[in-house]
Amino acid sequence: MKASSSFRKKAVRYFMIFSHYLAQYMKTQMAYRADFMANVFSELFQQSINLIFIAVVFAKVPQIQGWSRDEIIFIYGFFLVPFGIYGGFLNHLFDVPEKYVLQGEFDRILIRPMNTWFQVVIETMKPELLMGSLTGFALMYYAGTSLGISPEWWDIPIAVGLVVGAALIYAGVYTFLASLGFWTEGNIGLMPMVYNLSHYGRYPMTIYRGLTRFLLTWVLPFAFVGFYPATLIMHRYEYLNYALLTPFIGIITFVIGYRVWTIGVKRYRGTGS
Amino acid sequence: MREGFALPRTIGAVDMGGRLLNRIILYLELVRMEFVNNLAYRSTYFTGIFNYSIQIGAYYFLWDAIYAGGKVIGGLNREEMITYVIVAWVARSFYFSNLDRRIALEIVEGKIALELIRPYSYQMVKYARAFGEAIFRMLFFAFPAGLMFSVVRPFGLPPDVLSAVLFIIAILGSFAIYAQISMLVGFVVFFTKSTTGIYKAKRIVMDLFSGLLIPITFYPQWAIDIIKLFPFQAVSYLPNMIYLGKATKAGALNIIALQAFWIIVLWIACSLVWRFAVKHVVIQGG
Repeated sequence: MKASSSFRKKAVRYFMIFSHYLAQYMKTQMAYRADFMANVFSELFQQSINLIFIAVVFAKVPQIQGWSRDEIIFIYGFFLVPFGIYGGFLNHLFDVPEKYVLQGEFDRILIRPMNTWFQVVIETMKPELLMGSLTGFALMYYAGTSLGISPEWWDIPIAVGLVVGAALIYAGVYTFLASLGFWTEGNIGLMPMVYNLSHYGRYPMTIYRGLTRFLLTWVLPFAFVGFYPATLIMHRYEYLNYALLTPFIGIITFVIGYRVWTIGVKRYRGTGS
Repeated sequence: MREGFALPRTIGAVDMGGRLLNRIILYLELVRMEFVNNLAYRSTYFTGIFNYSIQIGAYYFLWDAIYAGGKVIGGLNREEMITYVIVAWVARSFYFSNLDRRIALEIVEGKIALELIRPYSYQMVKYARAFGEAIFRMLFFAFPAGLMFSVVRPFGLPPDVLSAVLFIIAILGSFAIYAQISMLVGFVVFFTKSTTGIYKAKRIVMDLFSGLLIPITFYPQWAIDIIKLFPFQAVSYLPNMIYLGKATKAGALNIIALQAFWIIVLWIACSLVWRFAVKHVVIQGG
């Protein structure tokens, strides 16, 4: 960026293109309105599995390693907020190895004068899945009220920082995995594994032992997409240091993931047809 | 063979027998074909085992923490619960089938029209193929995965040989019931013409009410009373009870009889829906 005005121009241009894509997406979705609604609702029902699990288990036990039912629900609620962002905008980085690299769709991306990563994200987004985040807010509100948490003014800016950090962790990890597609040229099945691993973040880290906890904190940092930041917002400060690390872990993860992406893009040679 | 009244009855009967034999050979061949087909893509199952381990791991840690007090909950103690989780997931890797997706796809794409003119039972062909895949998964997925888990976290074995045999029979029943439910779910597409939400709905119902995620005894009594009216618990929960030795021998036989009952009921339901759908439903893109 030479001057700040050119940066602003660029930002405006990206935002305009994003809104055009969004409008276009909504039009195609509205052609199949029933499917669209079914999609949204089935996503919400999906989350009910975990809620029913929690409800059923806590009817039998008063607490899990010192965590009460409402605390667990609160953590799950927080977990769902960045997870909704992931579902809406990042989930379809899944498509990169197969659709974009193997089938050569990436050719089309490369000839356009815009950031490649941004293009893939807005082409594959499903913004209706952001609805999941709303469930998250509702759960946090419900659990927070029954825990008697009194919100402070600083909760909101901190929550924004934590959610952005958590979303960047998803973005970084999945961008990294998607980028591997430039080398493997096809799926190697890592994404579903990591997806399942990301769900470890919705429970207190105290239930995981040794290597698993270390892995979730420092290698694939999914402890920071749910548990650690959630404890801060529900005003339990045992994990304060970890919670405050969330935005930094997010930035580091994303920088690594994006770096691998740019290296991968340079490797891309097309399908030769 | 209906033509020719003069034809002696015995020949007709022999012919019928021969036909049945041919049929059985056809379906066995399909089982074999699907098995061999899967063999060609066995490397994809390698990552699948790790994926499964991560999923089992999540529930293992969770249940281990829930049982930290060391009590008996829902009739199971800590060790039994961990065995339950591992066995339930390993068994699922055998009985699971994606018949619903395959059938729904054929309906949506109109390919089902071609299937209708072929001289075999559409449903039987689907079951046979699914079974071929299930056997493959048992040998290349369930057994290695089970072996791997028993190294990482030893879990209990059935109390005696008879329980083990009864468990294996019950797991075959699980396969049949799961496949039939999937078949019905696939047929729903005949009426909705769209697959959205259907698989997820099935997954939620199966995960929660088959006992895969939570043993049925954990539910409140009113929920148990409702769950008992459906075939779902016969897929995971009841066979697991045989494995854990929680069912008496008579109880185990009772479970297998219950499975047989559901297999017959679902068989009738599938045939009725199939007949109705084929007669009344427009084939898309045909």
